[in-house]
Amino acid sequence: MSENQESRTARTLAREIRDFSRMTTGALRFMEVCGTHTMAIHSAGLRKLFPDNLTLVSGPGCPVCVTEKSFIDQAMLTARQYDACLVTFGDLVRVPGSFGSLATLRSEGGRVRVVYSPMQAVNIAAEEAPRPVVFLGVGFETTTPTVAVTLTKALSEGVRNLFVLSAFKTIHPPLKLISAQKDLDGFLLPGHVSAILGSDCYTYLAEEFHKGGVVAGFEPLDILLALRDLVRMTVEHDFQIINDYRRVVRPEGNPAARSVVEEVFEPSDASWRGLGVIPGSGLAFKGPYARFDAAVHLPVEVPLTKDDPRCKCAAILTGSITPDRCGLFGRECTPEDPVGPCMVSSEGTCAAYYKYGVN
Amino acid sequence: MMGRLIRDLILPKLDRGRLGLLADSAVLSEIAGQIAYTTDSFVVSPIFFPGGNIGSLAVHGTCNDLACSAARPLFLSLGLILEEGLEIGQLEAILQSVATAADQAGVEIVTGDTKVVPRGSADGIFINTSGIGRIESPTGVSPDRIEEGDEILVSGPVGNHGMAVMLSRAEFSFDFELESDSASIWPVVERLLELGPGLKFLRDPTRGGLAATLNEIASLTGKGVTVDESAIPIDRPVMAAAEMLGIDPLLAANEGKIVAVVAGGLGGSSLDLLRDCPLAQGAAVIGQVNSGPPARVVMNTRIGGSRVVAEPSGELLPRIC
Amino acid sequence: MCLAIPMKLVEITREGSGKVDAGGVRTDVVLAMVPHAQLGDYLIIHAGFGIEVLDQDEAQVRLDLFRELAEVTQDLEDA
Repeated sequence: MSENQESRTARTLAREIRDFSRMTTGALRFMEVCGTHTMAIHSAGLRKLFPDNLTLVSGPGCPVCVTEKSFIDQAMLTARQYDACLVTFGDLVRVPGSFGSLATLRSEGGRVRVVYSPMQAVNIAAEEAPRPVVFLGVGFETTTPTVAVTLTKALSEGVRNLFVLSAFKTIHPPLKLISAQKDLDGFLLPGHVSAILGSDCYTYLAEEFHKGGVVAGFEPLDILLALRDLVRMTVEHDFQIINDYRRVVRPEGNPAARSVVEEVFEPSDASWRGLGVIPGSGLAFKGPYARFDAAVHLPVEVPLTKDDPRCKCAAILTGSITPDRCGLFGRECTPEDPVGPCMVSSEGTCAAYYKYGVN
Repeated sequence: MMGRLIRDLILPKLDRGRLGLLADSAVLSEIAGQIAYTTDSFVVSPIFFPGGNIGSLAVHGTCNDLACSAARPLFLSLGLILEEGLEIGQLEAILQSVATAADQAGVEIVTGDTKVVPRGSADGIFINTSGIGRIESPTGVSPDRIEEGDEILVSGPVGNHGMAVMLSRAEFSFDFELESDSASIWPVVERLLELGPGLKFLRDPTRGGLAATLNEIASLTGKGVTVDESAIPIDRPVMAAAEMLGIDPLLAANEGKIVAVVAGGLGGSSLDLLRDCPLAQGAAVIGQVNSGPPARVVMNTRIGGSRVVAEPSGELLPRIC
Repeated sequence: MCLAIPMKLVEITREGSGKVDAGGVRTDVVLAMVPHAQLGDYLIIHAGFGIEVLDQDEAQVRLDLFRELAEVTQDLEDA
């Protein structure tokens, strides 16, 4: 489609969203589960097209945002104590821990290497041997299969100096928690996590919690289409799960991806910034893959961390408030000098609000 | 050892008449008109990147700073700080790039200095260049001259340098043909000078990319800046790489581009002036200075929305989320 | 939590690996999760891994829908 055609399509969808929104007197409040959706919406400036009674709040689908400060601390302590080389996705580099960030560690001469793919950690392990190499494992269901495949390769090649510090999380436990508690009308469901899990796995949202959900892609038109369907089903009280990303998401998802995750990992309890411990929401190493567990093989004493009590990331993550309601926003907490991960993560709600403006 | 380095390696490549005199100071001929003077140090890593190296960058960067003051680059000094153990082959290649870049830019390197520091004290090589140029704009370019209604143009596609450097990192395994756009852009400025007082302001969008320069214009003037996303030229491989790595191409550095603010109504004429300039292929008018929110850059997005283009903060990092 | 883009599978280098291309930029890709992928397919690439094969039929359905929606506005604005 030409650019002109695409903007005409956008105008049609925006008009339909407005028309449906007018069918209710109340506010419509939806949660964007996935941080990449938050970024995409801000990047395309879509908020300008929304009606006044439509609010999107950002959910916990931001692996960097929900990773506890103690994880960064543990990574840094591991690097220092064992002279380990840390391998990480770019997202984590500027997240503040209690003693600075990975960027701080790097500027002090610590070895921190940024990768695009977890598979590169295997090459780096070979380069750095015998020095231990620790891959920082953050991510949801889109990313965990990529790490699982990487570890099956590392196992078969007998790599001895590669370890993984796991902060992996799964999306259904917090989603269930939030569906029960929150004053939300429905969900913009993650596109690529759903490619792995399938669109069929969300039916409980409609059946148990009477909330609608639409699986959405990431192009501006994909998001507008999904919002139109979400608004329509909500004002019509026709709660269901709709898949608006059918070119990528199948009802059954990607079983090959799920089975390799099941081979390498098993569910564990995990601590989420802002949500506390959620049982069964994390991933731990299973069977022969326990050899890669950095926490076990490179143990460090991580001091108890105290989050800045003024930081409102917790409430922002659960959708209770918007960033501008946090007293630190734009003052003590900016992308240059972040207090909480919501500001430093490229997809954090606060960073997006700060960079792209509240329209 | 230093003497041999200078005599056998540096002078043969760089001497164009004055450097070889090895005088304590270069004595320059009289320069008619106002003189512009600038300095910059280059500590980049990696020192070699697709389409250039720290040597060519050091020449282009300083020449471009002069060009942004509407000054024709004339003379450069070259300060080299070499880390002990730097391979001679690498140094040779860097010096050759310096020579080629200087010749292409029409500048003479008239004085220099070389020091060797212990291993670990420098990242291979650090370079400082200072430049002298002659201002050729009678009215001068300055943010004070910018007014509402002025148009903003960019001399070509953005993000090439930043993305080329990012893609070439050892940790990534990308095959690509993208190269840095590193170049001395005086020829572009020279043409724009024909606008006379219609040329208000010039800036090269290096670190922080186009976003940094647009924000500079907004904050220096306190006025609003609006740009149209669909008007901003971006090469296809740059766009693809940016999408792959989750990087905003507006934040990626440019080393051979200029952003110009010209009087309202002169956008079209500016592009006409640049039409046959090889360094300004793909030049475009991208926006204007207006009465929008003060000191803010607003972008009308391709899809018909709008957002603020924020001041970039920190290094460019790829993301997976 | 899932930055991924469609890229064309242009080479299968060995068992489980290949090369994908978008806009002339190529990268290695792990094909373990998309064993049915064929040369010429568009794959959704996340962190150097193919996570799904783009369904061209569904892509066309979407395009047709969007074109229809574009026309609605075209008609409205022409009127």
